[in-house]
This record gives sequence, structure tokens and C-alpha cells, in this order.
Amino acid sequence: MSESLISARGLTKKFGDLVAVDGIDFDVSKGESFGLLGPNGAGKSTVMRMIGATSQRDAGVLTILGKDPDKHGPQIRAHLGVVPQQDNLDTELSVVENLYIYGRYFGLPRAFVKSKVEELVAFAQLEEKRNAKVQSLSGGMKRRLTIARALVSEPEILMLDEPTTGLDPQARHILWDRLFRLKEQGVTLVITTHFMDEAEQLCDRLIVMDKGKIMAEGSPSSLIKDYSTKEVLEVRFGSDRNQEVADSLRAMCQRIEELPDRFLMYTEDGESLLEKIYASGLHPKTSLVRRSSLEDVFLRLTGRTLIE
Amino acid sequence: MFIPMAVAIAEARMGKRGERFYSGRVPQLLERGFIVFRSSTWMIVLSGFVEPVLYLLSFGYGIGMLLPTIESGGESIKYAVFIAPALLATSAMNGAIYDSTMNVFFKLTHDRIYHGMLATSMGPLDVALGEIGWALLRGFSYASAFMVVVIPLGLIPSIWGILAIPAAVLIAFGFASCGMAITSYMKSFQQLEIVNMLLLPMFLFSGSFFPLSVFPQWLQFIANLLPLTHAINLVRGLCLGNINMALAGHAMYFVIMIICGLFFTTKRLNALFMK
Repeated sequence: MSESLISARGLTKKFGDLVAVDGIDFDVSKGESFGLLGPNGAGKSTVMRMIGATSQRDAGVLTILGKDPDKHGPQIRAHLGVVPQQDNLDTELSVVENLYIYGRYFGLPRAFVKSKVEELVAFAQLEEKRNAKVQSLSGGMKRRLTIARALVSEPEILMLDEPTTGLDPQARHILWDRLFRLKEQGVTLVITTHFMDEAEQLCDRLIVMDKGKIMAEGSPSSLIKDYSTKEVLEVRFGSDRNQEVADSLRAMCQRIEELPDRFLMYTEDGESLLEKIYASGLHPKTSLVRRSSLEDVFLRLTGRTLIE
Repeated sequence: MFIPMAVAIAEARMGKRGERFYSGRVPQLLERGFIVFRSSTWMIVLSGFVEPVLYLLSFGYGIGMLLPTIESGGESIKYAVFIAPALLATSAMNGAIYDSTMNVFFKLTHDRIYHGMLATSMGPLDVALGEIGWALLRGFSYASAFMVVVIPLGLIPSIWGILAIPAAVLIAFGFASCGMAITSYMKSFQQLEIVNMLLLPMFLFSGSFFPLSVFPQWLQFIANLLPLTHAINLVRGLCLGNINMALAGHAMYFVIMIICGLFFTTKRLNALFMK
């Protein structure tokens, strides 16, 4: 068993009557890439803030590198690099100044920070923008700068809250590439996301959260194996006909999910199920056979889709 | 085992008093102030220096022609000598208020800059003291620059006047810590206008341009509650060399403002960021 960097037992956070995090248990090991997957409002960001020692828990035990965040906030934050959901770069400063001053906030000596800044400008691929003010950067560049900024103190744990929300596909892939490199260097990543592809790409292990509770835990592939079938057949009959065919489809497949615009049919072999549907005289307008994803796991666990 | 430098630095402070709120990073926050000053805010600082000089030229010369001397503290002095200390105190107030309201409000809500700062190993008291420290530096430089202008003009009759510079810093400290405390409770930019609405009447009714004794009793009473009145009386007393116990009272007013302001600012920042 590898060393546990973060350990939560019965972790609870309330905001008035709302229980945002409802007595959850989890551990994050060294070098691991750990994900929190769930829809908006599931309590992911609250968990992140409690780990980041910027939010106090209401009950339970939380230790980060053996310390209690309620007692040793500054010491714990010194171990962490935080990439918040909403960019909070210093808009009055340039790219290099942002990196430099952030290192200084950790109390690091000037010479150390200066050499670190050069390394990070290269890492974030912002050499050409080094003296530009933050406002002139694109969304993807700002995100990369925020990640680079979080690395200035050489943290052991990098906390990423929805790192690619709002980015175009190309910018997302560049960012994922940067995060892979960090993982290779042994940085522990804690990532929240509501994108299943992101969770599948980046996370070794994840917890699926909904309404402040953990619904399931495991690696992306084991979760898919445990909570879904190998393949999924998606069929559309058009909104007016969906109701008529529902019963006949149900008879053909063990598990079926009815979404507003389509049916998801869970099966080991999508093609042969589709043939069966045609053979029964039904003709879907469109059909698609795909592999199960974490989206299907979430649907199974909660009866809802991740992005609503 | 490898210990990152940032961690070693934070661990070194473990067990110190108030370690959850304060990490001794005020110099780093001032460093940020200097970086921003170099690139953009020097214009604002310059205008803060020019303003009292313009007032002094306009009123000191203009009204000074009509009213060659004025009675203050039992002696008659030149009008410009009367208003110069008031302008010094007022510019200390204005600079401190600008830094601790507008500036802080934007960083707090619009750009969320404090959120970023507090994700490091700093605490809310570092941020509060850093911002206020910057306001003090400005107060100090305004006061010094103003002195450089008015001393050669013979407008500071007493040698005690040199203490007007530390007095201006004290005044800036009081206004900055209260300004920041008030700003941290503000929800919108419009609410911030309230602060500006209060500043102008305070400037007009604090005895800047004429002695308070011309007012009826009730108005004098109100004027004596205003912080700027105490600021002006303190600076004027020093510049004119009227040293007495009342000056200690005026200074005390600002010490209390500082303590209350810092208390509420830290409490509020903690509530905002550590919820």
C-alpha cells in the first residue's frame, strides 16, 4: 500500500440547511491522479476547498500529509498548487510578473523564483506572451498560466477544479498534455470535472459524487465494467414515436434508459442487438453503437445525466 | 526526504502566534505594489500629490490676498500657513481611502485576486496589512513631497512641523484600515459611492479652510466627531508648534481607528475566504 497523502473520513460540510458534502470517505495516494466526477452542485468544489485549507469542515476527519487543515492551513497550502475553477490571475500584472509574485507570496527567495519563472513560461508555452498583460491572453493561455502559477512553489499535490471547462477542444488537448507531463514527474493530481472524457483521460482512480455523497469509486475502466455493459446502442425514433416503441425495445434488452430524445440500450454486442431491432420490424431514424463511458456509469448510479 | 522550499518556509512559522492568519509576508505584498506602480499606478500617485499643491496655490494665494491673516490658537497667522497642514492631512486621507476602497474592491470581487493570494501559504492578515502598508507608503510619500514644497515657501513656522510626516502616516493608517474594513462588507460598486459621498462634506466641514469656531455650537460638536477634524488638528498643531495634550488625544483617535479597522478587516477576510 502506497503512502496516503490525503485522507478523509466522514467529511461533512454544511451551508445553513444545505448539506454540501455528506460524510464522505476517500484516500489519495502519492503520485496518483485522483478524480472527483459529478454534476454541478455535487459538492466537488467544496471538497477541493476543504483540502485546500480555505474552507473549514463541519464534521469528520481530514488529514493532508498528516496535518489537519483547520489547524495548519498555511503549512498545508505550501504543499499544494491550486488551479481554481474561475481564473484569478492578477490582471494588473504581466505573465512573468504573475508567476514571479506568486512565488514570492510563498515566501520563496527572489533568485529561486526568477529561475523558476523561466522554466514555467516554457512549460506553459507562453514565451511569446511573457511580457503581455493577462487580459490579452486567450482562455487556453490563461488556464495554462494559472497551472504554471500553481507550480511555482513545486507542490506535491496539484488541485485542479474543472481545469478545461470553457476551453475549445484544441486548447483542452494542449492542457491535458501538460497535465500528463506533471503526472509523469510524480506530481499527485486531484481533479474535479463533469466531463467524462476528461476523467477517463486523466484519472487513475475516481469517485463519482452526487448530492454530496459518493456513489461509486474505482478506476474509469473498472467503474465501467462494474456499472455498465461493454457496449451501448443509441437509437432514435423521433419524439412522436419513442413512446410507441418503448415496450417492444424493453423486451429485447436487459437494461434500457429512456432519454428525452433517444434510448440507450445496454448490451454486450450492439450490432447484433440493432439487427434484432430491424428484424422485429422497427426502423430507428438514427442508430449508433459505442463503448460504454463514465457518462453511462453516472446515469446508472443516479438516473440522471452529468450535463443537464 | 525532499522537502520543497515553500513547505520548509511555512513549517518554520509553525507554533507562532496567529499562524493561521499571518505569515509575515507584508514585504511581498508591498513588492507587488511596486511592480504595479512601475507600470500603471504612478499616474494616480502623481495626481494625489498635485491636488493639495493646486489647492494651496488657488486658496492660499486667492483667499490669502483677501484675508492676509487669520486667528488660530490665539495668534494671527498667514492664511496659507493655516490651510497648508489641513491640505496635508486631507491628501493623506484621500490617498489612503482610494487605495483601501476602489482598489481593494476590485481585487476582492471583480478580479478575485485575493482568492489567488490566499491559496498560497499567506493568511488574511498578511493581505490586510500588505494593502494597508501600501496605503501608508503612499501617505508617507505624499506628506514628504508636500513638505518639500511648503517648507521653502515658509509655510511651516515650527520645527515640530517635521512630525507632520509621521502624523500623516498615522492618519493614512487609520483611514486605510477602516476603509478596507468597510469595503470588505460592500456588495456592489454603487455602495462604494457612499464612501465618496461622505468624504466631500467631511473635507468641507473639518476646519480645512477656516477655524471651526465660526460654526454654531451644534455644528462644532458634529465636526469634532469627524476623523478628518482630528487629523487636521493634529497636523496643524504640529506645524504651528502648538504642542499640548490635545494632540495626544487626536493621535489616540487614529490609534483606535487602526485597531477597529484591522480587527474587522481580518475577521471579514477570514469569513469571506475561509468559509
